[in-house]
Amino acid sequence: MLEVRGLSKRFGGLQAVKSVDLDVAEGGITALIGPNGAGKTTSFAMIAGFIRPDSGRVVFRGRDITGRRADQIAAAGMVRTFQITQPFAGLSVMENIRVGAFLRTADPAEATERARALGAELGLGAFLDRPAAALTVAGRKRLEVARALATRPGLLLLDEVMAGLNPSEVNEIVALIRQVRERGVTILLIEHIMQAVTALAGDVYVLAEGALIARGTPREIAEDRAVIEAYLGRGAAERMTRHG
Amino acid sequence: MSRMAWMGIAVLALAPFALTSQYLVNIAMLTAFSAFLGQAWNLSGGFGGLTSFGHTAFFGLGAYVAALFATRWGISPWLALPAAAALGGLAGAVIGFASFRAGLRGSYFALVTLAFAEVFHVLATSLDFTGGGQGINLPLKLGLANFQFVDRRASYAVVLALLTLAMAVAFRLRGSRFGARLAAIRENEDAARALGVDIVRTKTAALALSGAVTALGGVVYCQTYLFVDPQIAFGVERSVEMLLVVMIGGAGTVWGPVLGAIALHLVADTSRAWIATPGFAPMLYGVVLLAIIGLLPGGIVSLRERLRRA
Repeated sequence: MLEVRGLSKRFGGLQAVKSVDLDVAEGGITALIGPNGAGKTTSFAMIAGFIRPDSGRVVFRGRDITGRRADQIAAAGMVRTFQITQPFAGLSVMENIRVGAFLRTADPAEATERARALGAELGLGAFLDRPAAALTVAGRKRLEVARALATRPGLLLLDEVMAGLNPSEVNEIVALIRQVRERGVTILLIEHIMQAVTALAGDVYVLAEGALIARGTPREIAEDRAVIEAYLGRGAAERMTRHG
Repeated sequence: MSRMAWMGIAVLALAPFALTSQYLVNIAMLTAFSAFLGQAWNLSGGFGGLTSFGHTAFFGLGAYVAALFATRWGISPWLALPAAAALGGLAGAVIGFASFRAGLRGSYFALVTLAFAEVFHVLATSLDFTGGGQGINLPLKLGLANFQFVDRRASYAVVLALLTLAMAVAFRLRGSRFGARLAAIRENEDAARALGVDIVRTKTAALALSGAVTALGGVVYCQTYLFVDPQIAFGVERSVEMLLVVMIGGAGTVWGPVLGAIALHLVADTSRAWIATPGFAPMLYGVVLLAIIGLLPGGIVSLRERLRRA
């Protein structure tokens, strides 16, 4: 569904992303993980049209969308959420979701109805008429997902939807993401919480210092020497085998 | 809104027709005109958060269209209305597209609009075509066909019709997809873009709409006072008053401009009766604006919400 080839971005003297290749299969959940500063969010921003890549190609549903604007990419069916939630703070929760729904219908009554239904489905039913600014962190994460889903995406890019949540909230979001996948939405997610990645993803890519260092199932990744070193430092894998 | 409230508004709006004092009718007309211009500004500045310091550019274009129609081309002033709306809309589209494509926002956009208004000011002053600094006097030709009235109540009726139009546009905007997208852009541009909103196009359309509506005011002004000069058309005072009315009443709300205009005219006209010192009115505007921003950032409209919560 999504094919990324040779994606690169340099910020001044820093090569933030180095020639990243990525494939997302339709109907699955793919994860992109890596230590802080690995270039995950930059890769996302380039895929979703928020940052123009220096080089490389992004092909979505067989069409080259490299360099397209974010709103055009959203209209084509690929929508991202933000790691730092970006609610329309002055609008109600329903109005927030409705902005997404308006991508597929111009009729206000229909958009409102879909926003309400989707909000209720994602556990925001009690807050629909409250200002979005009044939501808790977990509520805001749900709102990000609800708003994105309202655009009826084929592919949803989730940027650390679990960051800042407590363990029980993480479990709820994991269930929610499964629910989204069951609606037929393909998911690419950036995540820090390994437990969640293991629970969700079929395919995992690991990014470190801007470059891909591994790809595999969650189990393969957990045992990969390069991955352990990237997270814990040089020599860590060897020390672990010695002591373990 | 309740039926009672609507009836109250209708009575208030129609009351001036029963007044015999031309002075009081005049105040009612000026207040309604302020409300109209405020609402025109509000369409882009309030609903879309596109704060403009130079909205008088659109007003002035409309006023000069009316003046040139009457004096140079001898075209019916009624036709000046659609022509002014088209020109105002075009100016809004050009200024908007140039600014928003370049990514100008907030105070940068405000300064660009101010600069455009100043450019028009300079042009109107230096061109012979527009009568230069002396401006243009319209010949007195009273009558409905010439859009000129001696009775202030007729002028009030025209302004009221204009205000009703602007209110209708605002109501329509608030309930539409376009309005929802504008609000989204105002609240968070990145999030709006991520949800498929074309930022440049939506903002440009809003400024064009606001420019078209504002320009209608210029025509009506010119037909009421039968005179226009560069300062009246493109002076910064009018831009300031437009945004002031909206800030005081409540930006991005349908009734804010009306409440703001009433409040501002109440304060300005009563103070003028007490203190005649020139320059006092602008100073008072400043004080009122500071008080609103400090104490009631949502404007008068937000009072109701506050009282409910208290």
